[in-house]
Amino acid sequence: MKRRDFLRNSTLASGAFLIPSFLKPLEALASGQLTGYKNLVVIQLSGGNDGLNTIVPYGNDIYYQKRNTIAIKQPEIIKLNDMQGLNPNLSALKEIYDQGWMSIINSVGYPNPDRSHFRSMDIWQTGSDANQFLTTGWIGRYLDANCTVNKDPYTAIEVDDNLSLAMKGIKMKGIAVESPAKLYQATREPFFKELVNEHSNANLSEDNLGYLYKTMIETSSSASYIQQTSKTYTTTAEYPNTAFGKHLKGVAKFINSGLKTRVYYVSLSGFDTHASQLNLQGSQLKVYGDGIAAFVKDLKQTGKLDDTLVMTFSEFGRRVEQNASNGTDHGTANNVMLFGGKLNKAGIYNNAPDLSQLDNGDLKYEIDFRSVYATLLDKWLDVNNSSVLNRNFAKLNFV
Amino acid sequence: MSDINKIKHLYARAGFGLGFADLKQVQNLTIGQAIDRVFQASAAVKPLTPIASYLDSNNVAKGDKMAKQQFLQEERQQQVQLNVGWIEKMSTDDSQLREKMTLFWHNHFACRTRSPWYSQQLNNIHRANALGDFKVMLTQVSQSPAMLQFLNNQLNKKDHPNENFARELMELFTVGRGNYTEQDVKESARAFTGWGYNNLGNFVARDGIHDTGQKTFLGKTGNFTGDDIITMLLERKETAQFICTKLYKYLVNEKPNAANINAMADVFYTSNYNIQKVLSFVFKSDWFYNDSNTGNLIKAPVDLIVGLNRQFYVKYNNPSVLMQFERTLGQVLFNPPNVAGWPGGQNWIDSSLLMYRLKTPSILLNNGIIDFSGKPDPEDEVFLAGNAKRSTTASAQAQTVAGWDKFLADIPAGTSKTQIAQTLLSPKLNTYVMAVVNRANDVKGMVSELVSTPEYQLY
Repeated sequence: MKRRDFLRNSTLASGAFLIPSFLKPLEALASGQLTGYKNLVVIQLSGGNDGLNTIVPYGNDIYYQKRNTIAIKQPEIIKLNDMQGLNPNLSALKEIYDQGWMSIINSVGYPNPDRSHFRSMDIWQTGSDANQFLTTGWIGRYLDANCTVNKDPYTAIEVDDNLSLAMKGIKMKGIAVESPAKLYQATREPFFKELVNEHSNANLSEDNLGYLYKTMIETSSSASYIQQTSKTYTTTAEYPNTAFGKHLKGVAKFINSGLKTRVYYVSLSGFDTHASQLNLQGSQLKVYGDGIAAFVKDLKQTGKLDDTLVMTFSEFGRRVEQNASNGTDHGTANNVMLFGGKLNKAGIYNNAPDLSQLDNGDLKYEIDFRSVYATLLDKWLDVNNSSVLNRNFAKLNFV
Repeated sequence: MSDINKIKHLYARAGFGLGFADLKQVQNLTIGQAIDRVFQASAAVKPLTPIASYLDSNNVAKGDKMAKQQFLQEERQQQVQLNVGWIEKMSTDDSQLREKMTLFWHNHFACRTRSPWYSQQLNNIHRANALGDFKVMLTQVSQSPAMLQFLNNQLNKKDHPNENFARELMELFTVGRGNYTEQDVKESARAFTGWGYNNLGNFVARDGIHDTGQKTFLGKTGNFTGDDIITMLLERKETAQFICTKLYKYLVNEKPNAANINAMADVFYTSNYNIQKVLSFVFKSDWFYNDSNTGNLIKAPVDLIVGLNRQFYVKYNNPSVLMQFERTLGQVLFNPPNVAGWPGGQNWIDSSLLMYRLKTPSILLNNGIIDFSGKPDPEDEVFLAGNAKRSTTASAQAQTVAGWDKFLADIPAGTSKTQIAQTLLSPKLNTYVMAVVNRANDVKGMVSELVSTPEYQLY
């Protein structure tokens, strides 16, 4: 029996997990060892990133035929194989790719795709079917499923001022933290401390007032933990001076300081490129690529890359054919990019998108995005994916 | 519920809260008289006018970097003036209901455009029609440069339709999801080809690029124009249903009540989309004053700020800080997160955001100091000792001065501390709040605590 199995079994057998974790520091430590503190970092590209101009299918003539003025020219492309290559603005990722720390899954989507930003983003964030409306997010339901082991909001941290639907479960929610120090300071106000104390043991109602108090109480305790744990770590790696770069720097600091957080969430917007796409998307891709490259190198340096997996998605890809304004309209299937030190299958995971067999001018999906989630849940976060996704999806072997 | 409590609720929902100055004026009215008073105060349309003229980037010579820089700077200045101008208007204008509804339409027809002139134009369309005819408003919005630009209809041409506007028109402005097909989107986009605007910011129907062919839309076939599509969408009762659901969530309760919403939709539809009629129906309905519908909505950041400004006569020595507060709290006017606007409700609240929100009133009113009247523990003493420094920092950053004297003078003589708390807080006072009230030494200190409670975040 492996040590971790032994620990898991003995914890279960003793019934110790029924005791609140603040009363049992030793068990809390054990749960840390059980999971190995593998982190998942989710990166959301908002607005519908054009996957075809990100990972460019330069080996397919149809790409150049359909994109007269906005195709990336062959000599500029950073070629990955004889079919696909990186947009030149992602040049920083070439080194990461060559090290075997990057994997690209093509044609990820879902049946009956929705072309509305909000609806499709909700579908991706909740992990629902196209005709199903869920009010909880897939990471939120992971928190719900896992809450006997990790019962605190800081199990999932969004580096932002507010929390995405993806992070909201029924019982549990992640926590949004843009600046740990500021948040901590805010919770130290004596009047607020008194409000928290007065309501900590109260039976809080289900309405908005109860929700406000519950949020305040959880924030207060999580802010204290995050600040105390992360304040001693000093980042030495260089990050690009962009908001996205700063957010990733924050995530790396949390990971490197040993925060007991399983999921991090970061967003980058500006991908809704109906017009003048080359410049608009190009500058955002550069922000993305430079930030990710710095992040991956930082974690490699600190020895945490093997415990980290980064997944990037967008709510949809864009039409294969460009529009008249040198842009692209809302489309369907898209690529998902993964980064990590322990990828099972680095490089390009599956065939390049088929540009000849389109559905109404849009790419057909080949891999359901929930298969990607199922893989992350089962093989990386150690929970049974069907309890989170409500049914079983085929797993992939990128980890 | 007593009439004064009903009036308090009405002023919270149909405006930005009942100030003590208002209280003097309305305390002897019946609820019916108060409703009339609310509509009368908003009868006139007073446009928002901080921006005097359109800044045309075409006037900037190509390659002239200095001129370009100056242009961008002026544009930025105008954006601040417009934003702050509207907050000031909401904070001082008598037509509270009109401003509150302008804010509703600002969110319903969420739009982002660089040009402050276009933004102001669109905002005044919302204001002029805020209590009027929805069809007139929808048509004017659809023909405004701001929306034509934002939803790419300027680029919607016969040989290359752009579907962005047509899709949002149905999904967000009228019938809502599930009531049209992808084919309806494509066909109606053709009907709007050619709708655009010229350099002067006026609507133009560009006939040369309009698709005059047959279109099949919502099961009918014809040579439809954009106007025809709008008419056909309003013929669908789903539009009344969709708008009334949003209105109900804005004015009454985030949890929709089918019976109440259906009743609203009937009024709205049969009155040919007369907004004042449906609002009047809501304010005169008994259910509007049910306990379950009072003190339970989470204030939007702008509601919070404007409510404080009105109640406490806050003066901004550096008005642009208003935009910083809006940014921090997650609602920058004229800059919604996406075409669906701000999602509202519990979405306003998350861990970090809640702490900022709770702190905001004391920053605006009291240099960031909450006059803690409870019993400090040793750790608190360290915090309290740092108050002077924090206060200097907060006042240097916010540069606001609250009209405490005026506020205190507004409170009618003989008003008890409990009554003051009941006017400031919409939810019923619980035992903890009552303890804060009872232990308070003075009104100002008590108020600085009350406005810092989660209760104050509700209305």
